[in-house]
Amino acid sequence: MSALSLTNRKKVLEKKELTFMESLYLPAIFGGMLITLKHLFKKKITVQYPEEKKAFSKVFRGQHILKRDEQGRENCTACGLCAVSCPAEAITMVAAERKKGEEHLYKEEKYAAVYEINMLRCIFCGLCEEACPKDAIYLTEQIAAANYHRDQFIFGKDKLVQPLGTSAHPKTYMPYVKDGKPYEYKTPVNLQ
Amino acid sequence: MEIILSDKLILATIVFAISLGVAAYATWAERKLAAFFQDRIGPNRAGIFGLLQPIADGVKLFMKEEIIPANSDKFLFIVGPSLFMLTALMTSAVIPWSTPLDLSYVGGNHMFDMQVADINIGILYVFAVVSIGVYGIMIGGWASNNKYSLMGAIRASSQMISYELAMGLAIIAIIMLTGHNGMSIKNIVSAQSGGLYGIDTLKGLDWNIFYQPLGFLIFLICAFAECNRTPFDLPECEAELGGGFHIEYSSMKLGLFLFAEYVNMFVSSAVIASLYFGGYNFPGLSYLPEFWQSIAGVGVFLGKIFFFIFLFMWVRWTIPRFRYDQLMNLGWKVLLPLAILNIVLTGGFMLFFSK
Repeated sequence: MSALSLTNRKKVLEKKELTFMESLYLPAIFGGMLITLKHLFKKKITVQYPEEKKAFSKVFRGQHILKRDEQGRENCTACGLCAVSCPAEAITMVAAERKKGEEHLYKEEKYAAVYEINMLRCIFCGLCEEACPKDAIYLTEQIAAANYHRDQFIFGKDKLVQPLGTSAHPKTYMPYVKDGKPYEYKTPVNLQ
Repeated sequence: MEIILSDKLILATIVFAISLGVAAYATWAERKLAAFFQDRIGPNRAGIFGLLQPIADGVKLFMKEEIIPANSDKFLFIVGPSLFMLTALMTSAVIPWSTPLDLSYVGGNHMFDMQVADINIGILYVFAVVSIGVYGIMIGGWASNNKYSLMGAIRASSQMISYELAMGLAIIAIIMLTGHNGMSIKNIVSAQSGGLYGIDTLKGLDWNIFYQPLGFLIFLICAFAECNRTPFDLPECEAELGGGFHIEYSSMKLGLFLFAEYVNMFVSSAVIASLYFGGYNFPGLSYLPEFWQSIAGVGVFLGKIFFFIFLFMWVRWTIPRFRYDQLMNLGWKVLLPLAILNIVLTGGFMLFFSK
């Protein structure tokens, strides 16, 4: 063969005639049957999905959440850095000024009156989370729900903002406690 | 012994029900075992351990739409699967399930013969019916008017013809060993009830496998081929023929084709067990009273059958199928000469050791 080779992993295969023992097939078949018999008694690796669930990876990036602080005020100040950083241009928002009497709702004077993420555009890269200077947007472990209608995939503040009275999990950012009781957070599903 | 018709009817009904029941649960076992061999769990949603799965499958197949292709031969299209199933079920008529049951033990007045029909050419009958079985595949594949199903059907028939020869020659050695009236399966089985190599302590272990290891191997390989099981499942060939002879079939007609394969497996396991593994004979059974000996014989026989069904599945999930030329090479150039050699060897041994 030619001496020029990019790697030394190349193997030259030659077609060899079977030896008599090999041409009997039976030893190889019995060997194979022993292997399958061993597998018969091995531990099964199936995960019974709806009943059992595998834990997500620590860096799993799912549906977004707009966080509130300890007093239940929205962190977001509608600075627009998340929208600027978004490579898929999925985020749009409309800023508004906080009125008197709304101090318990919004942390700073400016807030997002409209905040929409198009889940069909979003690539779940997490750059919005990195860009946010106010700790307002995080990607949770929640899987963004499927839907039959395209317009249902534009998630507004009703679906994104952390529910009132809950506190978010420090690792997964999912709201997990409401008024001291365990709280099961569900994505609002709208299947028609 | 006079033949009592009601006994035969009862036994035939029981055998029919058992064949179908075992075949139904063989589908379940096949799926379960396939899963286990591949480190999975298998069907476990319908009932506990998925035991209701065969019923769910059956209901599903019955509910499916019945499609008969427009350019097919409608009559033959329906005859195909029916014939396949019919022949699969017919073979079990000559299998002796146990020694005659003495009903006087439980207040009856006669012997209940545990064989539907004791034909003196029983083994020939099995061969005849099995070779009609290929007509089911042939007719089904041809009537579909589809080139893939026709190719599957042609493969099935050529494979059956090639392997039936070696199978028949392997049997001839058994018939020679059994001696007088050796074609009756009842005689073949009862000839295996003695002691192994004439040793009385091994009574009930005088199985033909110990005299005919080569014949058994040939017969087993041919039985795999006759049942269209892997490594000889060329008629179906999901990969290159897309299902082979049953590609155009739907609903319960497809179900019959698939189901008959399992009935075939059950029956050929029973034939293997009675020809080579002593049928209902088992060491130690002769110490039981006669009535219980018959009952235990059925259990032992079923146990052997289940082992062979397991073997069928074990092999299926271990090895891939042969290429078509390899299949023909194996049948004509290896198994046929070996079977003839086996006959010569058996004859020689019988001459010298006068068994």
